[in-house]
Amino acid sequence: MRAVELSDSQVQAIRAHARETYPDECCGFLVVRADQPETAPRRVVTVERAQNEFDGERRRRFVIRPEELLGVEGRLAGQGLAVGGFYHSHPDHPAVPSEFDRDHAWPWYSYLVLGITETTEGPLEAFELDPDSGTFVRTSLVPPETMDWSRGKRTPKSLLGEEEMR
Amino acid sequence: MTRTTVKIPTPLRAFADGKAEVPVEGETIDEVVRGLTTQYPKLRKHLLTPGGELRNFVTVYLNEEDVRHLKRGATPTREGDVVAIVPAIAGGSSGGLSEAPLSRDQLVRYSRHLLLPEVGVAGQKKLLRSKVLVVGAGGLGSPTSLYLAAAGVGEIGLVDFDAVDVSNLQRQVLYTTQDVGRPKLEVAKGRLEGLNPGLKVNLHATPLRSSNAMEILRPYDVVVDGTDNFPTRYLVNDACVLLGKPNVYGSIYRFEGQASVFDARRGPCYRCLYPEPPPADLVPSCAEAGVFGILPGIVGIMQATETVKLLLDLGEPLIGRLLLFDALAMNFRELKLRKNPDCVLCSPQATQKGLIDYEQFCGVPAAGAQRGPSGIPEITPEELRDELASADPPMLVDVRDPPEWDIAHLPTATLIPRAELPNRVSELTRARHVVVYCRSGQRSSQASRLLLDLGFQNVRNLKGGLLAWADHIDPSMPKY
Repeated sequence: MRAVELSDSQVQAIRAHARETYPDECCGFLVVRADQPETAPRRVVTVERAQNEFDGERRRRFVIRPEELLGVEGRLAGQGLAVGGFYHSHPDHPAVPSEFDRDHAWPWYSYLVLGITETTEGPLEAFELDPDSGTFVRTSLVPPETMDWSRGKRTPKSLLGEEEMR
Repeated sequence: MTRTTVKIPTPLRAFADGKAEVPVEGETIDEVVRGLTTQYPKLRKHLLTPGGELRNFVTVYLNEEDVRHLKRGATPTREGDVVAIVPAIAGGSSGGLSEAPLSRDQLVRYSRHLLLPEVGVAGQKKLLRSKVLVVGAGGLGSPTSLYLAAAGVGEIGLVDFDAVDVSNLQRQVLYTTQDVGRPKLEVAKGRLEGLNPGLKVNLHATPLRSSNAMEILRPYDVVVDGTDNFPTRYLVNDACVLLGKPNVYGSIYRFEGQASVFDARRGPCYRCLYPEPPPADLVPSCAEAGVFGILPGIVGIMQATETVKLLLDLGEPLIGRLLLFDALAMNFRELKLRKNPDCVLCSPQATQKGLIDYEQFCGVPAAGAQRGPSGIPEITPEELRDELASADPPMLVDVRDPPEWDIAHLPTATLIPRAELPNRVSELTRARHVVVYCRSGQRSSQASRLLLDLGFQNVRNLKGGLLAWADHIDPSMPKY
């Protein structure tokens, strides 16, 4: 299970998307580098909006058509990028994966869920499917500036300055 | 063999040794997918249902065209084709749609459920969204469907094609005396809707057969087996395994009943317990052996209980356990059931990939099979022609005398004159099914009777004998 690195502006972009589509669900792609090591936290390069193509009650459901996913993956592949997961909103519901989410989840991808109501927005939560048990496991969401890539471990931002001075 | 390239989506590459593309041989999409999951068995559970069908949020593209717009699994492939497996990404905030709050009537009607924390509003809504198929609207199906309707299961399908008979009323509590003669399903629908007007009842007024079972079972969440015969019981089991659905099983015999839940995804299936049906004559039906009228009530209600537990994911389901009930001793016993590692249907090395001919498997004549005046099962010349051309042709026995054989006979037949038959029956013991013929069907009828009395189960008489064969199939055959 991998932590997800998301910048403030990416979080804001997801919130803005969820607000625009409210009371319908929004959905989108988490774009990552294709060559990112499987062991490192998953660093989101950009978030990209997707079309909720669900034919029916979009307040409760989203569907991204496989054609759209194929198209996005094809375009990203040329830039050394890939789809590493998805985000969607739960209008008037908490940011907890539903049974429907679980039934339709794939391993490996990161799933971000945002609970949103008419007046408030909940925290963004990250999940990944455990392929053995078929259940969602909560993973951590961290801002990217706290990651020290050169050392492959988390280092508080305040320490980075000291490192540089040495 | 046709060689294709299969593109594996990123999330599944870990289950295919990290590969993005794999060469797989296969003449159709189904064969390619099967080949892929044989090469990489870990992919199986992500791509296929336990029955081997593609999961519905897995999309397969053949050269960038969705195979659902082509011939689906049967779409033929050509050398060099690219087969891409693409996940359909879906989600949502709740388990089901139309999450309208319960109405005032529903709040009152289901209040005793709502008070149970294990059910509550969420559980009741789940029941209201659920679909259950009850196969057989008889002794077991009556109490099961009544309780499921009362509990608030949203949609109940019923499969039956009988009319109410006065002898049913001793145990089939869906029906009353004034219903005698009416179609069971019509009466059942009225009764269940009267009990719960919010209920949707789907009627399947047809015998369940290999040709329609998948289609009928597919929309339902849980299937309840309330059948009274082995061919249908095996059919229900096999279709449930292939579709990845739980099968809530119940059966009754005189004063004793059995119940279990067969869910091949989590435990054994009916075939793990009984790989082969018992000899047809060993198992009399209720009509022949009698049944204690209350018994199906108890077993059917156990089935309803297990069904609702499965729908609500409550408690310990009766999976991997066979519950035996003895009404005379008034006791229950429980047997542990294990998955048969060599099960032809639900084990990893399963050999049976689809539905079969269950009448033949169970050694009983097909429901539509004709019987002659003496009760001997018959086969028409047309049916015999088709069966002889099939993969499993019957053994043909000619019971005429040698001079007649010399005039004309069927090519694959064995000559055993009727007088010699009692001493030569050992020649028939290895045949799975036997068709006996003579000139007109008269002597062969007597010969069939003899074989049936000796214990041969699948014996049929060629109706009208060689005379009918000459009239309908082979006009060149001399009639004498």
